[in-house]
Amino acid sequence: MTVAIVGAAETTELGRIPGMSQIQLHADAALNTLADAGLKAKDIDGVATAGESPVGIAHYLGIAPRWVDGSSVGGCSFMLHVRHAVAAIEAGYAETVLVTHGESGRSGIGRGGGGGGRGSLSAQFEGPYGSMGPTTMFTIGVLRYMKRYGMSHEQLAMVAVVQREWAGMNPRASYRDPITVDDVLNSRMIAYPFHLLECCLVTDGGGALILTKAERARDFPAKPVYILGSGESVETPMVSQMKDLTSSQAFRIAGGDAMRSAGIGHADVDHLMVYDAFAHLPIWGLEDLGFCARGEAAAFIEDGNTRPGGTLPLNTNGGGLSYMHSGMYGMYALQESVRQMRGTAPAQVPGAKVSVCLGVGGMFAASGCIVMTNQMP
Amino acid sequence: MAETSTRPRPLPQPTPETQHFWDGTKAGELRLQRCNDCGHVYFPPRPLCPACSSKNVEVFAASGKGKLASYVINHRPHPSFDGPYAIAVVELDEGPTMLSNIVDCEQTPEALVLDMPLSVTFEYHGDIAIPLFRPAGSAS
Repeated sequence: MTVAIVGAAETTELGRIPGMSQIQLHADAALNTLADAGLKAKDIDGVATAGESPVGIAHYLGIAPRWVDGSSVGGCSFMLHVRHAVAAIEAGYAETVLVTHGESGRSGIGRGGGGGGRGSLSAQFEGPYGSMGPTTMFTIGVLRYMKRYGMSHEQLAMVAVVQREWAGMNPRASYRDPITVDDVLNSRMIAYPFHLLECCLVTDGGGALILTKAERARDFPAKPVYILGSGESVETPMVSQMKDLTSSQAFRIAGGDAMRSAGIGHADVDHLMVYDAFAHLPIWGLEDLGFCARGEAAAFIEDGNTRPGGTLPLNTNGGGLSYMHSGMYGMYALQESVRQMRGTAPAQVPGAKVSVCLGVGGMFAASGCIVMTNQMP
Repeated sequence: MAETSTRPRPLPQPTPETQHFWDGTKAGELRLQRCNDCGHVYFPPRPLCPACSSKNVEVFAASGKGKLASYVINHRPHPSFDGPYAIAVVELDEGPTMLSNIVDCEQTPEALVLDMPLSVTFEYHGDIAIPLFRPAGSAS
């Protein structure tokens, strides 16, 4: 496959541009480039940038991408983006990729995007209201979900109870003692309606993965775990700007692409990981991945479907709520999917052949989803 | 309907693309943007339509009315707030959502009822006015 550049332009002005913030310089260059190609932002499905977050650029321009690259290695980052974009297009991860650069290097207007400076959109439009990171922002849509679908506080607490059951089977889990719904609801209030036991742990740790060509995989000592499908997306750097407070667009795009590219249906999934920084994440994940209809995931968990012995084992390491959570937990979700596919998990799902691993990032800013299998595709 | 506060909130640094919004709050207006090509109304400010990529957009004064879409009540200490305080998503009558605080209202689940009508008010910090919301019809 040959990949070509079909649009190219710079900002309307160059030199000294005190009338534009850094993100607007990205946008100005992007709009000129879209015009050069005869495209609109909605025609773009891949975004790569450095200096600003690809989340911020996508949301600012109104793009719902299914591939992003934020590789930031200095001035040559854009060469890498072009190279990665070629690979992404060849792989079918995206059809039309926009690579942007903008830098208020002289005027210093609105630098420090991605949350760094007081001129960033998050600092201007969320910071003044006492937002305090994930405990207050990741959680803010849950009362709307409760009103729309009738989820009870007890049902939300049940997520933590079930995950503790899994953790109880895992010698490496941080918390292993069984808990009840009352224990959860009587734990300290962090940000109503979230109690301490509905929030993830804060621990230390690490993890790593090595990948190679499938045909070489059998030469290694461990049972191979094959990547069957994948997906990614971003929505907005500000939770308050989500299109729907009760569902993640990034989950839907990343999860849908992962399932489609794997060529699997929901009935093929033996094991599921959903990054659970807070107790509502598995509920959002089950619905946005399509395992449950909207509004039905809390009852699905309450009915025992995701607990040990249930029809859809979920977060079998105990999750971020009970196993561990270092801050960027996605690596640990991937590790548990690998263990389940190798057949070496402490709470092994018997005969599991397909594992879906759904990650979240920057609260609901971003998502990545990987489908793994232990069967040679 | 304005309030003056000396509480040290984290204050925004306006950029050229957001200046009209912060000029608006200082003048007692909540300003949004509308696309003259497709009619889309949007927030936060930017000189391009996120629905159709048009640069043909205008600034207008919104009604300042909305409803309580969702919230949390933060119980962890914050230097700008006393005791538990609500951080809310307000859905404006014109469509966009924005984060804010709800004032002139007990910060409790009983008092903060989803979908309750709200109206904007402004809290002044020197050159910056922060838009806040209060239950519609409540005395100032």
